[in-house]
Amino acid sequence: MNKQFNVALIGNPNTGKSTLFNALTGLNQKIGNFSGVTVERKTGKLELTENLTASLIDLPGTYSLYPRSADEHIALEILNSTKNPDYPNVVVVVVDATNLKRNLLLLTQLIDLQLPVVLALNMMDVAEQSGIEINVTLLAEKLGVPVVAVTARDFQGIPALKDAIIQQFEQPTLPSSTIHIHGYAPEVIDEIKNYFHINNDYAAFELAHHYHELNNLTQEKKDAIEAIGLKYNFNANKTQVAETIDRYNYINEILSDTVRKIKPALEETRSNTLDAILTHRIFGLLIFFVILFGVFQSIFNWSQYPMNVIENAFIGIENYLTAILPAGILTNLIIGGILPGMSGVLIFLPQIAVLFLFIAILEDTGYMARVTFMMDRLMKNFGLNGKSVVPLISGIACAVPAIMSARSIENWKDRLITIFVTPFMSCSARLPVYTLLISLVVPNKFVFGFLSLQGLILMAMYLLGFVSALLAGWLLKLFIKTKSKSYFLMELPVYRMPRWSNVGITIFNKARTFVMEAGKVILAVSIILWVLATFGPSKDFDAIETKYAKISSKNTTVELNSSTLESKKNAEKLEASYAGLLGKFIEPAIKPLGYDWKIGIALVTSFAAREVFVGTMSTIYSVQGDGEHLDTVREKMLEARNPETGELTFTFATVMSLMIFYAFAMQCMSTFAVVYRETNGIKWPLIQLFTMTAFAYIAAFAVYQFLS
Amino acid sequence: MELRKLTDIEIGTVATIDSFTDEETSILLLEMGCLPGESIEISNIAPLGDPIAIKVSGYKLSLRKKEAATILVR
Repeated sequence: MNKQFNVALIGNPNTGKSTLFNALTGLNQKIGNFSGVTVERKTGKLELTENLTASLIDLPGTYSLYPRSADEHIALEILNSTKNPDYPNVVVVVVDATNLKRNLLLLTQLIDLQLPVVLALNMMDVAEQSGIEINVTLLAEKLGVPVVAVTARDFQGIPALKDAIIQQFEQPTLPSSTIHIHGYAPEVIDEIKNYFHINNDYAAFELAHHYHELNNLTQEKKDAIEAIGLKYNFNANKTQVAETIDRYNYINEILSDTVRKIKPALEETRSNTLDAILTHRIFGLLIFFVILFGVFQSIFNWSQYPMNVIENAFIGIENYLTAILPAGILTNLIIGGILPGMSGVLIFLPQIAVLFLFIAILEDTGYMARVTFMMDRLMKNFGLNGKSVVPLISGIACAVPAIMSARSIENWKDRLITIFVTPFMSCSARLPVYTLLISLVVPNKFVFGFLSLQGLILMAMYLLGFVSALLAGWLLKLFIKTKSKSYFLMELPVYRMPRWSNVGITIFNKARTFVMEAGKVILAVSIILWVLATFGPSKDFDAIETKYAKISSKNTTVELNSSTLESKKNAEKLEASYAGLLGKFIEPAIKPLGYDWKIGIALVTSFAAREVFVGTMSTIYSVQGDGEHLDTVREKMLEARNPETGELTFTFATVMSLMIFYAFAMQCMSTFAVVYRETNGIKWPLIQLFTMTAFAYIAAFAVYQFLS
Repeated sequence: MELRKLTDIEIGTVATIDSFTDEETSILLLEMGCLPGESIEISNIAPLGDPIAIKVSGYKLSLRKKEAATILVR
C-alpha cells in the first residue's frame, strides 16, 4: 500500500529548520509559491519507510500563531483550514534546544489546536556543549507528545524522528489543552464553536482573533465572527496578553525539572565577545564596510571568468546553429530572439550566485542580524528598516530576488518602501551599459597612479544608486500613511559556523528563482523585441530588399564587401522596422535629453533588460557579426555623427545624460512583474514605473542641458 | 523598589521586568519572552545609539529604544 500524507515543518526563525528540512529531503525539493500569495512554498519528498512517503512542507519561520509578516501568516492560514491542500496530518515542531523557553510557545499553541505534533529538539550538540542538560524522556512525558533529540547538521536522530512521525500519523497522541482557553472569552468561544460546528476551544479563539486576515473565510463568515465579537465586547489585545502569560507559566512549569544548566554557556560567552567587536561603535561599522567592499569586489572579480565562459558558449551555439540551420524566419527567431534572450538571463547567474554565496554565509553565521541591528538607526530616517539592508545589498545583483527578500519585513509600510526603492540600486544589468558609456567619454587614466578613473566613475554610479534609493525612501515616508506602527524586534542568534550545505542550497534556490522569475520575462520581451526589430511595413522592407539585391548583383565579384553590405542592409532594415518607427516616434520627446531615434530604439529595447542597450547599439551601428565585441561597438559609436548637422552623436553631455537615465529609469519588465505580485496589485508597480521614469527623464534633461 | 524604564538602566545591570506601559507593544514583547518577573539585561547598543540588544529568557533580542522604554523594570 502506498499511502500519501502531509507533514509540516514549523518553528521559530534561527532554529535550524531549513537544515532539518534539507536533511530530511536532500535535494528532493520543490520551490513554488503558496496560492494567491508570493511567499515561497518549499516542499519535498520525505521517505519514511519503503511504502510510506510523505510530502514535507517547510512553513516559514514564526514565533507564534499571531502572525506579523506575510511570511508568518502562511502557517496560520494553513493550520486553520482542514480543507487547505497543505493541511498537515502531522506537524513537526522544530525548536532550538539551547533556547527552549521561547521556542515552546508555538508548540503549546499547536497542541491546543489538537494537531498531532512531534517535537524535534534541534541543535542538541550545541546544547550539550553549552552545558544544558535536557531530560528528553521526562519532557515527552510532561508534554504528552513524542520528543526527539536531533542534530540536523550531521543527521543525528533523523531515523528516530521519522519513527515518531509515523507513530503520530498512525496512532496520534493528542494531549489535552495546555492552558484554559475557554475562560478568556467563554461566550465568544461557544458561539463560534456553534457557528462553525467545531469543538476545539483554541480553534474558535484563533478565529475570533484572526478572522479578518484569513483568506479561507467567506465574507459572510467574517461578518458573523465580527458580530459575535462585538456582542460580547471581545478584547483581542487583553485576551492575547492573558494567553501568552499563561502559556509561559505552563512552559516554566514544564522546564522546571526537565532542563538544567550545569555550566555557563561557552557559545554564548564567545558570541558576546564577538558582538563586542562586531557591533562596536567604531570597529563594528568599519568591519561592515570592509566586508561590504570585499563582497562588492568579489562579485565582479569572481564572476568575470564564468561570465566569459557563458558568453563564449552562446557565441559558439549561435555560430553552430547559423551553420546547420536552414536560412529562414524560424532560424532568425532562434538566433535573433531566443538565443540572445537566454544569454541575457544566464549571463547574470554568476554575479547572482556570488552575491548570494556571501549573503547566505552572512545570514547563516548570524552576522547579517548584526548588520540589520547596526543599520536600523540609519535606515529608519529614510522610511526603511534595518531589515531593508539585505534587499538593498541584493539589489546590486538583481532587483527581482532582492524585492522578494523584503518579505521578512513585518511592517507593511517599511516593506513597501523597501520594494519601491530597491530598483534604484545599481543592478548587474546596468553594468554593461555603464561600462560601454564610460569608455566612450572617460579616458582610461589613473588617478594617484593606481585608481582607475573609469573605475571611480563606475563607483560613483553605484553610490548614486544607493543615495537615490535612500532619498526616494525619505520622500515616500512623507506620502505613505499607515495605521500600524513601525517597530523593530529581532532575535540576535548566537554566532555559528556556516553550514555549507545550507549555503549551497540557498545559492541554488536563488539562482533558480531568478531564472524562473526574471528569466521568463526577459526571454518573452526579447522575442517581442525581435519581432519589432525584424518586421516593418512591407512596402519599406521590399524597397530595401530590392535596393540591396541590385547592389549585390553588381558587386558579385567583390567578396570582401558582402558582409559589410549585409550589415548595412540590416541597419537600414532596423530603421524601417516597427522598432525603428517607434524610435522615430519618440524622438521628439527624447531630443531634449540629447538622444536621437537610434538611441530611442535602444531605450525601447532596454525595457526587457537594460543590458540589451549594448546589443541594440551594435545592431544599429551595423557591427559585423555578433554584438559581443564591445570595442567595435565603441569605435562605431565614437564615430557616429548626426547626418543633418554633422555633429558627433555621443558627446559628453549625451553620454552623461544617458547614464543618468539608465540609473533612474525603471526599465525592467521583470521588476515590474515582481512588484505587481509582491504588492498584490497594479497600483504600486505603475506608480514606480511612472515616477522613476519621469524622474529619470527630468534628471537626464537637466544633465544634458547643463553640460551642452 | 522604584520602577524605572529599561532604557534608564546601565549596560550590564541585571533587572527584573515589572510591567509594560504600552499594550500593543507589550503583546509583541511578551511573545518574544519578555515576561513580568523575568530578569533582563542590556547587553550592547548599536553603533548609532539605537537600537539596543538585551538578554532575556536565555537569548539575545534587539529592539528600538522607543520599544524598550515601554518596559518597566525594578
